[in-house]
Amino acid sequence: MLNRQGRATQPEGAAATPTITTYTGHRGLAHEEPLSFEQGEKGRTGVDLPEPPKVADRLGGLARQGEIGLPGLSEPQVVRHFVRLSRQNYAIDLGVYPLGSCTMKHNPRLNEKMARLAGIGDIHPMQPASTVQGAFELMDTLAHWLKRLTNMPAVALSPAAGAHGELCGLMTIRAALEARGDKRKRVLVPESAHGTNPATAAFCGYSVDPIPATKDGRVDLDAFKKKLGPDVAAVMLTNPNTCGLFEREVIDVADAIHGAGGFFYCDGANFNAIVGRVRPGDLGIDAMHINLHKTFSTPHGGGGPGSGPVALSAALAPYAPLPYVVHDGQGFRLVESQEGDAHPFGRLKGFHGQMGMFVRALAYMMSHGGDGLKQAAEDAVLAANYIMKSLDHVMTPAFDGPCMHEALFDDEFLKGTGVTTLDFAKAMIDEGYHPMTMYFPLVVHGALLIEPTETESKGALDQFIGALAHLAERAKAGDTQRFAGAPYLAPRRRLDETAAARQPVLRWKPDSAA
Amino acid sequence: MSDTYYTEDHEWIRVEGDTGTIGITTYAQGQLGDIVFVELPDVGKSLDAGDEAAVIDSVKAAAEVYAPVAGEVVEANDAVVEKPGLVNEDAMGDGWFFKIKIADATELENLMDEDAYKTFVEGLG
Repeated sequence: MLNRQGRATQPEGAAATPTITTYTGHRGLAHEEPLSFEQGEKGRTGVDLPEPPKVADRLGGLARQGEIGLPGLSEPQVVRHFVRLSRQNYAIDLGVYPLGSCTMKHNPRLNEKMARLAGIGDIHPMQPASTVQGAFELMDTLAHWLKRLTNMPAVALSPAAGAHGELCGLMTIRAALEARGDKRKRVLVPESAHGTNPATAAFCGYSVDPIPATKDGRVDLDAFKKKLGPDVAAVMLTNPNTCGLFEREVIDVADAIHGAGGFFYCDGANFNAIVGRVRPGDLGIDAMHINLHKTFSTPHGGGGPGSGPVALSAALAPYAPLPYVVHDGQGFRLVESQEGDAHPFGRLKGFHGQMGMFVRALAYMMSHGGDGLKQAAEDAVLAANYIMKSLDHVMTPAFDGPCMHEALFDDEFLKGTGVTTLDFAKAMIDEGYHPMTMYFPLVVHGALLIEPTETESKGALDQFIGALAHLAERAKAGDTQRFAGAPYLAPRRRLDETAAARQPVLRWKPDSAA
Repeated sequence: MSDTYYTEDHEWIRVEGDTGTIGITTYAQGQLGDIVFVELPDVGKSLDAGDEAAVIDSVKAAAEVYAPVAGEVVEANDAVVEKPGLVNEDAMGDGWFFKIKIADATELENLMDEDAYKTFVEGLG
């Protein structure tokens, strides 16, 4: 038996693998791993601590009465437990991760090296400012890069992720409106926007008014203009949008919302497609969050915290949240309360933001340079278009191309095959791929959203395209078996998503309490 | 004597006297897939036609249920909150969402009857 590269995968003449049930439940060297709680034994430990001295506690009636209930584990057990779990994980470090709308790109190891430098990795936000001047300068330099790339005059660094950045943007807008005594009620959100946008607007106390999409997957400008009025606080546009398309009429949107006295929020989650090519400030955008963990390669998706700095226009800059870094005669300084002409709306987060992500993002920016960032954006768009074009004869693109950073297909090509988008995605797992985003965006039926990013080589893209084309052809040939039970080869087969949502088991309980 | 009307957002409203029972269509539940969560409006809440009235989560998506016509909520079907699968099993019957006291019966004229809705769904492909 030879694989696609022509290498032998088993000795010639070897018998077909019999079905074997193992004594341990393990499959070869893939271990069936119990929870740490299920492995624990009383008295086992990884450390040998001295008996604590007798002291009178001052907890009163609050002192713990019973066992704490932590599992007793030795150090090798703990190490093996987490290494085994990590081997069951899928990550960008293992292979193609085409999850659309997520920009799962490679995190260069230089980023990690910089983040681990002792002068960066070992500092604490409560250190005296005089001892962390370098950290403040790093934040200031990062903000400078973001201002240059967006052509916007101010950046709030503290938001902890994309949706937190949206919240920051809308709270800034609300503060600016309230400062001029103009309390407004509605926020307009196109159907092609990110799903978190309406949630953010609602969380900020606004009513959400959806704007329909046109047939070509973009915001319906006429419908948008009809909904404008003196009670509209903002429009929240995602550009490029979640259909992987550039909103061509973005400047008309900006002019219209400004004409109506509202602000223009842009969801910058897909900034990776346009860095170095388009400056959001030139489009009339008032506030835009930037996902450092997407565009600037810091790890995410279970692999690390996000970071969502928000770029602000001159009109919104005075209302930016605390804290922020300034540079004056004495060096860098963190401003933590109102001063000067600023009207900060408050504070979004303890301390100053995700410092570790600032370091990684800045390392990425400085190692690529302006020209490198631009090329990364161009390569990401090229890769998505290569996928879309290579598959347009076997799958059905949702909209006429070209696309931006992600290729969106609908399930028209599966019509009549008995195979659903979900089945198709599960069969990809058998082929060794993390599935793409599915059933999103909602405006496309049975959506399959693929974002390859600039990370993948042409060879990797070709193999991915080959796998998808093969599966599409199998579905059309009536090989429903291949899909209905997929995944066949993963450590776990098809999980019952409905039961998981309806009767979630959220907490392990010892047998005696079960 | 009861009449059922349909919206383009796939809600149905069954009218008996001045009370309308509202749910989502069989087609809609099929599109959403297994429904895992339903949030209903409070009794006494006033709704305008097109107002967001209820929220549905399925394994595939989250969706809103809009009020087909204006009125005041008079009853909510707690059974679908307890057991969201009822909407999948019997969307047009036991899986109803809430009842309203219809404010203006002429608004029903803006809605589709069963045949018109059937044609509408076929047009969606």
